[in-house]
Amino acid sequence: MALQSLDIARRSATTTPAPGVRQTTEVAKLIDVSTCIGCKACQAACMEWNDIRDEVGSCSGVFDNPVDLTAKSWTVMRFAEVEEKGKLEWLIRKDGCMHCADPGCLKACPAPGAIIQYANGIVDFHQENCIGCGYCVTGCPFNIPRISQEDNKAYKCTLCSDRVAIGQAPACAKACPTGAIQFGSKEQMTDYAAKRVGDLKSRGYDKAGLYDPQGVGGTHVMYVLHHADRPELYRGLPGNPSISPLVSLWKGFAKPLASVAMAAVALGSLFHFVMKGPNEVSKELEDEMEKEDAQ
Amino acid sequence: MIRNPKDLTRYNAQERANHWLVGICFILLALSGLAFFHPAFFPLTQLFGGGVWARILHPFLGVVMAAAFLVMFFRFKSLNVMTAADKEWLSRAGEMIDGNDHNMPEQGKYNGGQKAMFWAMSLCMLLLFVSGVFLWRAYFNLPVDVVRLGAVVHSAVAAFMIGVTFVHIYAALWVRGTVRAMVYGTVTRAWAKQHHRAWYRQVTGKS
Repeated sequence: MALQSLDIARRSATTTPAPGVRQTTEVAKLIDVSTCIGCKACQAACMEWNDIRDEVGSCSGVFDNPVDLTAKSWTVMRFAEVEEKGKLEWLIRKDGCMHCADPGCLKACPAPGAIIQYANGIVDFHQENCIGCGYCVTGCPFNIPRISQEDNKAYKCTLCSDRVAIGQAPACAKACPTGAIQFGSKEQMTDYAAKRVGDLKSRGYDKAGLYDPQGVGGTHVMYVLHHADRPELYRGLPGNPSISPLVSLWKGFAKPLASVAMAAVALGSLFHFVMKGPNEVSKELEDEMEKEDAQ
Repeated sequence: MIRNPKDLTRYNAQERANHWLVGICFILLALSGLAFFHPAFFPLTQLFGGGVWARILHPFLGVVMAAAFLVMFFRFKSLNVMTAADKEWLSRAGEMIDGNDHNMPEQGKYNGGQKAMFWAMSLCMLLLFVSGVFLWRAYFNLPVDVVRLGAVVHSAVAAFMIGVTFVHIYAALWVRGTVRAMVYGTVTRAWAKQHHRAWYRQVTGKS
């Protein structure tokens, strides 16, 4: 959901600048996986603030509930049980939109203004302009957007763009009881993460680190991970996410090239006609047939 | 409509109807498809009642086109087998394009260029249909890498096919007396003798 705004950095399927006269501070949400207790207060806060209730599902045998992101569940806790150095570790990751600096969804979207990126880094869907093609799903390196079965629009976490616009932290950050979800400027969050990483390292997690993948230009939702060398441990968090080369080819290079090639063929035909003239049946043959008819 | 009883029948009514069904679908598909390909073409969705309607209609039109093309493929397949004369024609197509077709090798119902176009379009149709299914999210939910590959193939083949269709339409307009073959089914004997002499001999029995 997007608000009318003067601080739009990028707008989907738009080749001219979007209203961007207002500059805002780059923000970020920091999710410290090492202090998350998996209480799902963030999920509840997300439902409450956005006023959306998903269907009540059934237990799938693990703590994940709902089991996946949906058009009505924009954040989900993903629980992983892994064994490290002979000890069980329960890794809990709050999954949802990462708000990439270089968003694959926005790059792939064919509908003007259906996806916008604010100057503060938030990537927002504007469902009124969404045509329901699912190209955002194709473009996303994190498998986040979901198409609603009811209205065929794409939905995902807004990073509470409406709250952030008036200086409030996202609902999930507000509700988190352990402070595992922090919100502030990207700079502040990076500094805070460095402290948390230092603390984890002093406790024996020597591979602890910040997850701010540069393959997508960095993200505006970042994780502090105890095993930053193996993000895949956290229920398949991609190690080095980037926009698929196929998507870059499709919505990058191919777009102008194919358009120019098609125009060249059309114009080439016109100029061929103008320069070579029509290919008429010869007078000789027409006369021959006329003679035949006269017989 | 009979202009001249001695005109030669090139396409019967079923063949013409089949061709135009494919043609109309293709035009509508190209217009709606381009809209999803480049923002410059997005306003074309207005022709279909907006972006959502264009997205809903495009795949159904594709299914109709694929089915109609399949019928057309079997109608014309055997007439489009490449021969040595066709390869000779193709190697000298430059002369034809230059506007001098007097020394071109004698052609049957279709010349080498038309046959090449037939096979190119058949291959494109197959690729468009398969890759189009990959992209049809309303009914198919395939792994994302398959969808990504489908998107690249679908748009590249579609752009190529739009170009091929421009050539197809232009060739029909450029060679005078051709469009009527697909509109009311007949061509003049002079047209047939000039452009498809072997076919002319075959249907008239004359030399």
